[in-house]
Amino acid sequence: MHELSLCEDLMDQVLTIAKAHHAEKVVRIIVRIGPLSGIEPLLLESAFSISRAGTLAEEAEFLTEVLPIRVLCNSCGIESEAVLNNLVCGGCGGYNTKLLSGDELILARLELENAD
Amino acid sequence: MCNTCGCNITPGNRPLVMAEKPKNGVTTVSVLQNLLSQNNHQAEHNRSHFDAQKVLVINLMSSPGSGKTALLEATIKRLRDSLKIAVIEGDLETENDTKRIQAQGVPAYQITTGTACHLDAHLVHNALHHMALDDLDLLFIENVGNLVCPASFDLGHHRNVVLLSVTEGDDKPAKYPVMFRAADLMLISKTDLLPHLDDFSSPRAEQNLHNLANDAPVIEFSSKNGKGMDAWIAWLHAEIEQYRSLLLDKQTQRPKVQQDGQLLHAQPGKTKFYPLSNRAVHK
Repeated sequence: MHELSLCEDLMDQVLTIAKAHHAEKVVRIIVRIGPLSGIEPLLLESAFSISRAGTLAEEAEFLTEVLPIRVLCNSCGIESEAVLNNLVCGGCGGYNTKLLSGDELILARLELENAD
Repeated sequence: MCNTCGCNITPGNRPLVMAEKPKNGVTTVSVLQNLLSQNNHQAEHNRSHFDAQKVLVINLMSSPGSGKTALLEATIKRLRDSLKIAVIEGDLETENDTKRIQAQGVPAYQITTGTACHLDAHLVHNALHHMALDDLDLLFIENVGNLVCPASFDLGHHRNVVLLSVTEGDDKPAKYPVMFRAADLMLISKTDLLPHLDDFSSPRAEQNLHNLANDAPVIEFSSKNGKGMDAWIAWLHAEIEQYRSLLLDKQTQRPKVQQDGQLLHAQPGKTKFYPLSNRAVHK
């Protein structure tokens, strides 16, 4: 359950930003997660429902968007979609690839009510 | 990866991340901060500590019981006369591993995490307050035995070493891709047991590692009969040498898997907010 310790960080960031904008309430929190981040969106969501109690984000909707895994082949230059345990190039099958997306763990967007 | 400068935006996800549309009545704030920013901040702080003392820090990760402590015992025996070594031990409970390391005559500090399944940068930082880093050459952090959570937390270390014991099966890299993708070296441990197993193939394990686009070296190792010990010691010496030459150039070493994020890393600036509100409409 490392999602819970992660959530502590997340709540700090959310509340700092909400305060900086003098918001009365956090309406929605949107995080973007890549499968290779090692974070399970559903667990993060349930961790959030614990950490938000008694804060400006108490009634906030929590949305996670899962990003696709994409790799760029260093050998043949082709960009392709990949799966969690197979990051080889979809074109030539080589493993000399660079991850373009899929390991993100980002607080992407906040929606605040009555902010400045 | 970084917290504030937007280096989390990669060429692949830029279109997704940037597609922001303001909604009526509610202020939308684009943030793009890494969720682990506090941990990562602390990790950078730890790394500066280590670099100031010129100590190479290696994060050892594996499942419980795959031989991390036995590896350390064998390594210390071999190196204690030529290098100054210390160990930070992470375990849920007991100080057994720390006692085993201390019996080898090197300093060890135990972090008991209670129920937490991983070490994080803050726990390691607290441990540093109990350790003398001066004159150390090499610090091992033996992470909590777990192939899932420890992979997500930067501790400020320089290299990740992941152990895979032969009894676990050669498909572990495919089952735990986040962990094995982070490996700078994979050690196949307990190879003395191979004659008793008919289903473990080291080439298959290596292939599964390569499938994660990871070309890290693989060493077959046994703490019992000493197989692979020379290759492991040579790897350590090469890493220490490389680390020291990086320090001379005022750079530091980082686990390979993070390098892309570092390349994209601009000077951390203030978080940018946009687009801003439509309060009038809301009221």
